[in-house]
Amino acid sequence: MLKTFSIGGIHPEENKLSAASPIQALPVPAEVKIPLAQHIGAPAQPCVEVGAKVKVGQLIAKAGGFVSANVHSSVSGTVKKIEEFVDANGMKKMAIVITVEGDEWEETIDRSADIVRDIKLEPKEIIAKISEMGLVGMGGATFPTHVKLAVPEGQKCEALVINGVECEPYLTSDHRAMLERPEEILMGVKILMKALQIDKAYIGIENNKPDAIAKLTELAKNYPGVTVQPLKLKYPQGGEKQLIDACMGRQVPSGKLPINVGAVVQNVGTALAVYEAVQKNKPLIERIVCVTGKPLAKPSNFLVRIGTPVSACIEAAGGIPEDCGKVIGGGPMMGRAMIHTDVPVIKGTSGILLMNKKESKRPEIANCIRCAKCVNVCPMGLEPYLLSKLSAKEMLDEAQGHSIMDCIECGSCNFTCPSNRPLLDYIRLGKGKVGAILRAKAAAAKAAAEKK
Amino acid sequence: MDKLTIAPSPHVHGHDSVKRNMYGVLIALVPALAASLWFFGLGALKVILISVISCVLFEFLIQKFLFKTKPTISDGSAAVTGLILAFNLPSELDWWIVVVGALFAIGVCKMTFGGLGQNIVNPAIAGRVFLLVSFPAQMTTWPAPAGVDGYTGATPLGLLKAGAISQLPSSSDLLMGSVGGSLGEVSAIALLIGLVILLAMRVITWHIPVSIIATMALFAAFFHYGICEIHYADPLFHILTGGALLGAIFMATDYVTSPMTKNGMLIYGFGIGLITMLIRCFGAYPEGMSFAILIMNIVTPLINKYTRPNRFGVK
Repeated sequence: MLKTFSIGGIHPEENKLSAASPIQALPVPAEVKIPLAQHIGAPAQPCVEVGAKVKVGQLIAKAGGFVSANVHSSVSGTVKKIEEFVDANGMKKMAIVITVEGDEWEETIDRSADIVRDIKLEPKEIIAKISEMGLVGMGGATFPTHVKLAVPEGQKCEALVINGVECEPYLTSDHRAMLERPEEILMGVKILMKALQIDKAYIGIENNKPDAIAKLTELAKNYPGVTVQPLKLKYPQGGEKQLIDACMGRQVPSGKLPINVGAVVQNVGTALAVYEAVQKNKPLIERIVCVTGKPLAKPSNFLVRIGTPVSACIEAAGGIPEDCGKVIGGGPMMGRAMIHTDVPVIKGTSGILLMNKKESKRPEIANCIRCAKCVNVCPMGLEPYLLSKLSAKEMLDEAQGHSIMDCIECGSCNFTCPSNRPLLDYIRLGKGKVGAILRAKAAAAKAAAEKK
Repeated sequence: MDKLTIAPSPHVHGHDSVKRNMYGVLIALVPALAASLWFFGLGALKVILISVISCVLFEFLIQKFLFKTKPTISDGSAAVTGLILAFNLPSELDWWIVVVGALFAIGVCKMTFGGLGQNIVNPAIAGRVFLLVSFPAQMTTWPAPAGVDGYTGATPLGLLKAGAISQLPSSSDLLMGSVGGSLGEVSAIALLIGLVILLAMRVITWHIPVSIIATMALFAAFFHYGICEIHYADPLFHILTGGALLGAIFMATDYVTSPMTKNGMLIYGFGIGLITMLIRCFGAYPEGMSFAILIMNIVTPLINKYTRPNRFGVK
């Protein structure tokens, strides 16, 4: 039986243009730019000098704390410079620029296609390995994977939930990975289960990918405890909280984490990376990137080295068309519009989406007609019309009282609004301000407690 | 390639619009419109045209010359108000009374508060109630529908109030619409087709119409079967007569003046059903739907204040 999450949700046009396009390895570019902050948390610290020779998979920057991730070279060559650059969002970030020479890999990396089934490492060692290999969530949120696997004292993990939903329209990288590399994904799931010391895992896949459901269901028979859970098509099912609700029937309470209901969520892409890291000793140096969009000549799925310019990916998919109005990193619902394409692919780049000029413009705004459609579609059970108004008027206490911090910014309210009101724009502003107040209050309380 | 557009997510829209919803209501009103023309002929057409044209015209003039903004009459909301106002009037009503009603609806009840989305009460109902208390004689002169003898027909609820139990029309007449009444309210079957259209187009949800009808049915059943079968009419009679269906399907569901949460909608529907039945059974007027909706419109902000959607994470 098809399951889904219990509150709200929308049905955007799927537009999975690249679903039938097999994953192709993109040629290694002449130069890569590898940012030090590709994850949530502290930036990594460089551990190579300008002029140093590096190999594929060599550590070039060490994690800058517990919530941080190692960064490895995705190419072989010479470190040209370590410099500031302007990223896709217009923020200045540090990156290591490497001039590519040949393609020489670290000898420790197993590059064969054989599936290594015997998991030799113990749970603690697996987590240490994942941390060493610089793994982060591949769905786009880029939270360091080892942090998610470190179950806090007093909490108990009961089930692993693997996100194969890919509910963002257009994107197909997870879909292709499930079709082309199912055994490796399932091995990754097995490794994650061992690391968490649990015997239950769900792989949630929406029923717009029947081929992936069939393939994984068939193969999962050899993996005890792994259930492939077909899900009814509904956005935002790939949201962590919605996915746990859909697969396990449990709702993560406001302000809590999945582990509070006994769940750890990982993306299928992350499961694949976990397999390669633990069984093949391969750091996170490349990823599957879906390059898609209606104005594009050849929507494709590429295996791309981290640090490759976004412009090179678009070029390989047919080049930037005349009619291109917007380039988005990620999907159309939650992705970010890029200010330019001369930026590198990073660990969290799940897709590059091009939109034509007409699609890029927002429709004209009309008065709110109080139709309540935003309330009906909100997957968190919030009142977007009210939160947006409270945010606009800076009534922050009231906004907090109406649970503004529970908003997951999925964009369902904006998508649905018949008056095209920019509900989420205002809610984001309000969230930012309420969040700042909450952090200041927490800091003050902490300081007061230390004084005593 | 020119410069790239930058905007926060989401980057796609569901293509729903104010227009789509308003024209959806107009489409859903077509069966009732056809029924009114069938039963009341040119008298109905005259009232409908005057009402729609004056509502749209007043909105246009006020926006253009008083607000000095770009008129938004093409969104269809003024036309919806005009059509629903006409449906609440007897056919053959003097043209100037219709114009006064339209002016009150659009001018006083909608534009005074800021136009679309800002009004507190449903403009069409307020216009109708204004006319009812200002011109009680004209507003209760019901031309007989086609196929019924006599010059004027009494409404079924009027007959019930007068105690003329023996003259009450049959259920099949009520269903089809060959009874006296406001021009858009008589044919239950046309209105129910409209409900199906509204639900199918996702213009409205079931909460408000169902809670109103259910409350009325339970109330009527209690008095009819529990107290007195002769004095109090049966549930089906109450649902099929007067403005019950027109009100529950098209007037109470007005976005602007109904609650925002589903729980709130159920409370609102219950209130309308209850007040309607209290007026019908114990009040001075034979029909109370308009008053009930008006009262619950005013209560709506309070309902919004005290009802919340079911939050995620409470289960």
